[in-house]
Amino acid sequence: MIVAVASGKGGTGKTTVSASLASVWKRPVMAVDMDVEEPNLHLFLRPTWASAESVHLAVPLLDEDRCRLCGACADFCQFKAISLLGKHLMLFPEMCHGCGGCLSVCPEGALRRGQRELGTVEVGITGEAIPCLTGRLRVGEAMSPPLMRTLLGKAWAQKELEARDMVIDAPPGVSCPAMTAVRGADVILLVTEPTPFGLHDLRLAWKAFRPLGIPMGVVINRAGLGDRNVQGFCEENVLPVLAEIPFSRDVAEHYARGGVLARLDAGMKERFEALAERLERMALEGVTHA
Amino acid sequence: MRELVILSGKGGTGKTSLAAAFAHLAQGKVLCDLDVDAPDLHLIAEPAVQRSGPFLSGHVAVIDPDLCKGCGACEGLCAFGAIAKQESIFTIDASRCEGCKVCVNRCPEEAIDFQERLCGSWYESETRFGPMVHALLDPGQENSGKLVTLLKAKARERARQLGLDLILSDGAPGIGCPVISSLAQATLALLVTEPTPSGLHDLERVESLCRHFRMPTAVLINKADLNPDYLSAIRSLCSTQGMPLVGQLPHDPAVVEAMVRGEAVTEGPATPFGDEVRHVWGSILHLLDTP
Repeated sequence: MIVAVASGKGGTGKTTVSASLASVWKRPVMAVDMDVEEPNLHLFLRPTWASAESVHLAVPLLDEDRCRLCGACADFCQFKAISLLGKHLMLFPEMCHGCGGCLSVCPEGALRRGQRELGTVEVGITGEAIPCLTGRLRVGEAMSPPLMRTLLGKAWAQKELEARDMVIDAPPGVSCPAMTAVRGADVILLVTEPTPFGLHDLRLAWKAFRPLGIPMGVVINRAGLGDRNVQGFCEENVLPVLAEIPFSRDVAEHYARGGVLARLDAGMKERFEALAERLERMALEGVTHA
Repeated sequence: MRELVILSGKGGTGKTSLAAAFAHLAQGKVLCDLDVDAPDLHLIAEPAVQRSGPFLSGHVAVIDPDLCKGCGACEGLCAFGAIAKQESIFTIDASRCEGCKVCVNRCPEEAIDFQERLCGSWYESETRFGPMVHALLDPGQENSGKLVTLLKAKARERARQLGLDLILSDGAPGIGCPVISSLAQATLALLVTEPTPSGLHDLERVESLCRHFRMPTAVLINKADLNPDYLSAIRSLCSTQGMPLVGQLPHDPAVVEAMVRGEAVTEGPATPFGDEVRHVWGSILHLLDTP
């Protein structure tokens, strides 16, 4: 099964929950950090990296001798990645989405496939033999979804080969990168905090992910802080609160040292084991109902 | 025109709470929420919307089920995996379609329509802190960078009309599309971080991004008393990269208490935390005014 740990608001504890879940998981599991803009899961799981591979997007390259400046490619491109300026065809590869449309409309065969580096996919393994996959967006690169798709493809292949469950640490927000990360999961775990910002962004995430038809549950982090409105929202919308992590200075300091929360003490470990069990039950029920 | 963009790399370091406090303290500015994906500044600023409009950006391909003969030519052409067979015909998942037009162009039945895409809404509002420009991206939409660019243009226009020379922008977490767009034409990026492994790691990434785009930066360390080792690592990153440190704020429940009241942390009776934020704002103003 696949659990995607997501949230609308950043900094609610997605990585804390992902690392803890992976560390208490009963069956063979792997951890996948899909927050490719700011990957942090490895800072807590501390894998030994075994490989790193560059990921590229196919972008056009121009053969100027063949180009007759007809402008068909520039007219076709929806992303303003090609522009005909007087007697020059200008390519802006950083704008390209890699659809290949320009290559297919060029009557002269003057465009061929080049590459833009999107980032890297790194594979490692922790001391507890949990495989970790991380995507790392190249600094300056704007588009994370194609890198995420490659990362997810690699993760799926390993999951199938080794019959593992998967914990995905998703990026914050509710736009295309977050959707890319949670699509295909068996359960989405929304991590929030009991504050007005936490509630507002939980509502956004819930609305965004609901059409996917994947069962969702909530973890309330820093419980005891703020107000009770998140609980109220969850009750109203029949969104199960699967775990609460109390607000405490100890927890914050443990995190600040790079500690995995489930290893803080026996109580915390039990809390995450119970969470893992509830997630498995939800995934099973979700499958039966589908 | 000066523009301060507040960024953090990592989410949850306190960007928006501090942006709200600066919004309260700053004189003569336009507020701008550039976290169009999960905006929160309006929860404190409580904007009264005066003008709004749709944010249309790009296109989405839609297959007409009556015209589709089910040949499947489109499926293999789609670079985004957005097309799948459903019974005898093909359909396009709008949330995966990036609007490239390849399928539209190559469908032998001309069965694919290319529709303008509604991605969200923008708003021009008034708040107790002054004028505000903000937006909301529809769930799952892309092109958040274009919406950020649109908001920045509106904020500038509003500031010019009102004769104001400061734009205060609350940015998105991460280092991707919306963050890159938020840097355009800005004067200074304030990087809000915290002394944790993620705080340091993400600060390094957002610092490299700003350096890549030659954007001047300053750093504010929030929750500074959480861990002395990471605090000193952040301080040494600031000195190696020549980033001014505008302040260190403690981990203080006053921040959440103010948020629950719907107030900026500097509003209401004076508190030690609020006083420190005032001091930080003074340092930021000094940096904004130093060319």
